[in-house]
Parts: sequence; C-alpha cells; structure tokens
Amino acid sequence: MDSFRSKIVPVSSILAGVVVLWYVFAVILNTPFQRDLDRRANENPGAVEFIGKTLSQPKPTLPAPHQVAVNFFENTFLRSITSSRSLVYNAWVTLSSTLLGFAFGTALGIVIAVGIVHVATLDRSLMPWIIASQTIPILAVAPMIIVVLAAVGITGLIPKALISTYLSFFPVAVGMVKGLRSPEITHLDLMHTYNASASQTFWKLRVPASVPFLFTSMKVAVAASLVGAIVGELPTGAVAGIGAKLLSGAYYSQTIDIWSALVAGSVVAALLVMVVGIAGRLVDRAMGGRPA
Amino acid sequence: MTWLKPSWQSVLAILFCLVAFALGAMSKPEAAALAQPAATIAYPYMGTKALILGLLLIATLVSTVWLAPLAEAIVLFIGAHIAAWLLIRGIAGFEGTALAPYFLALAAAWLLAWRCVALLSSLRPAASGGKTALRLIIPAIFGAWILIIWEAVTRGAGIPFILLPPPSAIGARIANSLPILGADVRQTIFKAVIFGYIVGNLAGFVAAILADRVSFLRRGLLPIGNMVSALPIIGVAPIMVMWFGFDWQSKAAVVIIMTFFPMLVNTVAGLAASGHMERDLMRTYASGYWPTLLKLRLPAAAPFIFNALKINSTLALIGAIVAEFFGTPVVGMGFRISTEVGRMNIDMVWAEIAVAALAGSVFYGVVALFERAVTFWHPSVRGG
Repeated sequence: MDSFRSKIVPVSSILAGVVVLWYVFAVILNTPFQRDLDRRANENPGAVEFIGKTLSQPKPTLPAPHQVAVNFFENTFLRSITSSRSLVYNAWVTLSSTLLGFAFGTALGIVIAVGIVHVATLDRSLMPWIIASQTIPILAVAPMIIVVLAAVGITGLIPKALISTYLSFFPVAVGMVKGLRSPEITHLDLMHTYNASASQTFWKLRVPASVPFLFTSMKVAVAASLVGAIVGELPTGAVAGIGAKLLSGAYYSQTIDIWSALVAGSVVAALLVMVVGIAGRLVDRAMGGRPA
Repeated sequence: MTWLKPSWQSVLAILFCLVAFALGAMSKPEAAALAQPAATIAYPYMGTKALILGLLLIATLVSTVWLAPLAEAIVLFIGAHIAAWLLIRGIAGFEGTALAPYFLALAAAWLLAWRCVALLSSLRPAASGGKTALRLIIPAIFGAWILIIWEAVTRGAGIPFILLPPPSAIGARIANSLPILGADVRQTIFKAVIFGYIVGNLAGFVAAILADRVSFLRRGLLPIGNMVSALPIIGVAPIMVMWFGFDWQSKAAVVIIMTFFPMLVNTVAGLAASGHMERDLMRTYASGYWPTLLKLRLPAAAPFIFNALKINSTLALIGAIVAEFFGTPVVGMGFRISTEVGRMNIDMVWAEIAVAALAGSVFYGVVALFERAVTFWHPSVRGG
C-alpha cells in the first residue's frame, strides 16, 4: 500500500489543480457572453457578482464543475430510471450494446487467436490483415453499418454491438496469440515427454498460460467497445444512449447535458475496466496464482 | 502410390467439381435453355463452363502428383485465378442468376488458392529476398481472395447494391469521383489530422519531459493518464465543435486531445527504460540531466515514443472523421460518409472508406519507416 500512499497526494493535488483551472477557464470563456447579456440589460455588476453570474449561465460555453455535478446528480439519482432523460437509463442502453459487442469481440478474438496459433497458413496470411485492419479508421464505417442493417430490418442492439465487436476483437486476438505462445520450449517439451496430445497441451498448458494476457487485453477491449457503442449511437438520430445524449446536447447547445453525459460515459468506462480487472484477479487466484 | 500425395483441399476440390458437373446448369438462364432445347436463350458460360471446371480439375490433379512445392504452388495459383476470373467475367449481365454449381466452382477455386498458400507458407527459402517476397505474397493472395469471393458472391447471388456493392463498382466509383475524394482528403487529413497530430504529440512529449523532471508531477499524471486512456475521449467532439466552429480547427482540437495522453504515458514509460548501468556510466562521465536525456534516455525511449506515434496515427484519423459527424463545412471524409449514407449512395461510402483505409495505412507506414530509420539499433529492427 506504500505506493498507493505515495500516489494519492500527487494525484489528488493535480486533480484539484485541474478543478481550479477549470473554474478559471469557465470564467474566462463565459465572460464575453455574460458581458453581452449585461450590456443589453443595462446592468453593471461588481466583479464578484459578475463572476458568480458567469458560473451560473443556463447554456455556458464551458459549464463550471459544480453545474455539471448538479446536473449529473439530478439526472442520475433524482430521476426515475425509466425516464429518457435519466442518465442511468441512457448509460444502460449504451452499456447493453457495449457488453454484447464485447462478448462477441472477445469470443471472435479468442477463436482467431486459436486458429492463428494452430494453423500455420492462417498465421502467415491472416495476421498481417488483422494488423492492417486496425490502421483503418473503422469508426467511419459505423453510420453505414447502422443504416444498411436498418434497411434490411435489423435495428436496435445488434448493429451497435457489431461496431463494438470490430473494435474489441483486435486487442483480444493479439493478446491471446501472444498468450497462447507464451509457454516456453521446455514446458512444451515436458508435455511432449508426457506423451500429451495436442488438445491436452492446449487445455493444460497453453490456455492457463494465456489467461493473464487475456485479461490484460480484455481491459483494452472493453474500453474500445464502449467507444464503439457510443459512436454507433450517433447516426441513429439520437434515440437513447450516451452517444445520443451527446448528439442532442450538441443540437440544442445544452452544454451542461453534454458534459454530464461525458462524465457518465467516463464512469461507465472506469467501472467496466475495474470489473474486468477484478474478474482477472479472481480467476488468477482461483487458478492458484500467487501474488507476484 | 508414392508419386501421389493428395491434400484434403484437393480431394474436396475434385469432389466439388464433380458435383458441379453432375448438377449441370450453372445459372437459371442455362437451366431454362436446357429445358427448351428448341428456343435460343442466351446464358452465361456457353463456351467456358467446361473450361472452368476442366481447368480446376486439371490443376488439382497436377497438384496431387509429386512435384516440387514451388512448382505445385505455381500450377495451383494459375489454375485457381484463371478459373475465378472466368467465373466473374462470365456472370456479367446475368447477375443474381447463379445456381449451386457456380458456388461449387468458386469454392473449388478457393480451396486451390488455400492449398497454394499452405504450400507457400511451408516453404523455407534460404535467400532473404525470397523470404521478403513470401511475406508479401501470402497475405496478398489472402486479400485478393477476400475481394474475389466478395465480387463473385455479390454478383452471383445478386445481393442488393444498397447492402453490399461489389468491389469493382467501388473501384469504378473511386475512379469517377477523384476530385471529390481529393477535396475531402485535403480537408480532413491535410488540415485537421496533420496539424492536430503534430501539436498533440509535441504537447504530450513536452508534458512527459516535464513530468520526468518533476517527480511529483509524474506520480500524479501517470495514474490519471492511464485512466484517461480508457475513457471515451471521442465524446469531447461536440464540445470542440461548439468552441472552435465547424471548420477544421475543431477537428484538430479533438485530434490534439486524443493524441496527447498516449504520447504522455508512452514517453514517460520510455524514459524509464534505460538501465541503471547505463545511467551510472553517464554519471561517471559527469554528464548532467540534459546531456543524459539527449544522449541516453531519449534514444532508449525511441521505441516507446514510436509506439505512441503509431497508436496516434489511427486515433487521429478516427478523431477527425468522427468529429465531422457533429458538424462540418460541406467537405470532409466524415461529412461525406454521413451524408452519402443518408442518400443511400453506399458505393460512395465504401469509396470513402477505402480512401480512409489507404490513408491510414500510408500514415502508419510512414511512421514505421521513420521508426526503422531512427531505431536502427533496436533488436526488432536489426532482426536478431
């Protein structure tokens, strides 16, 4: 815990610095509009009153942290979770397609990795394309997948989940290939001396060795699949979800709504990564791993 | 039987060819012509059907005879690709009428190509030129077959154009709308991406040096940077569009924010990569902070920095394109994609995606070339 304590002071002081800077920028960025308002109302407030006004505009250029916090609190805890304005409802919509896409992506990544490790042809021919597929700005395809699948009658969860799948299979595939190849030659030779079959070697040596790699890459994959789900919601015309909240906020200049949707997305991301991390630690312990 | 060595691919390919022969008509017009021998109905593969199936059979049979693997691969390569070319050329004008034998012939040709790739990947050429050639040819055949199957299936089965246009149509669209694509690339890549990429990476790099100088900053920034890399940063796009307007400046701002944190985290990790021995050596030379940084620690950090540059090359493109979904002047790749989708011009969307893919790969390739030039000393580049 020593490293934790040595971190907590710097981290919290930098976060506090960010909040202070945020307030300063909020005042600076909101000043021109507030000046304009005051001039039209023929008011001439003092400095303190003026700053207070810049921090409480209904549609500020940069909302102050407390405005975002209040909006986030109201939309998370005070609204019924079936309301379409509730952040919990919208986060759940995004989360469900994230999780579905993440499950598909992880399964696909594992299958591809097993294929690549066991079939030399696939290794030589498929691996370069998997890597090349990630140099493609694939999120650009998102609107087309949504609209085209809607044209053939597939709407709702599946199209968004497909985008998440595409983004999340890559880290899992690459991590699993590395993990399945991580047993050393001596271990493989040992299995050989036991006269182990290929499937025994796979289940008893390669799979256990790959588990830490799997969870590390799943952490990256779950964050990527949340991004996929959010971007996948943009072209559906702002129905529901965190991406839809962002889009409708942009249409109606509801800056505070945008910021609180961003906070909600960040909370979901942090929770997802944490859950995967905890699951990884539990699995590691169940398999008899010792803390390094 | 030592001169025979059938593989499972060739056995299956022969089976497919024989079944295709037995089933007869390759397409619906041909079946109609067979049903009414008196009428003259035009149908695909009037003269080439026997040629296609015969070619596949001969190539397969030749390949089962004991040959040098390279010769066998060449025979298979020629047979599979001529057959596929004849198949795709023949269906022109009769889209959507293909019957089972068409797909069986396609599958047989694909199996031959697979066998060819399997043979090539089992080759172990001694010359390094041969190795490089193989490393390029094997994925190239795989990619070509994705296009061949895509083309043959969309045209043979008559998949609606809206759903999935064949690659040839996308290629024609690219050739026809080069000026529009050029303007989009100029707006999105040469203005927004390049500017944002350079500024974002420089800012991340400077912040990393600062964090390295002040250990308080490092301990504070690193956990935050690691956490931020998991957040959906792309969500700041609407805010940036509101602040910096519809033109490229707002996209550049999104790119800056997206590229900043990977650069920061990787550079800080890279600066810690030089070993204690080397640092001690620098100290015995009485070299101060800056000479040590320039002569030892930055070169040691170069692989990490280039890793961040590679990650960022993709992130920058994604950031700029997605930010254009939130508002843009009437030019740009993201704008074109979202409007052409609305007008159901799916081939234009695919053309734009192909251009984006090409731009992304070129961007990545340029960074990788720089990496090879700068980190020539690194084991992964020296190849040992």
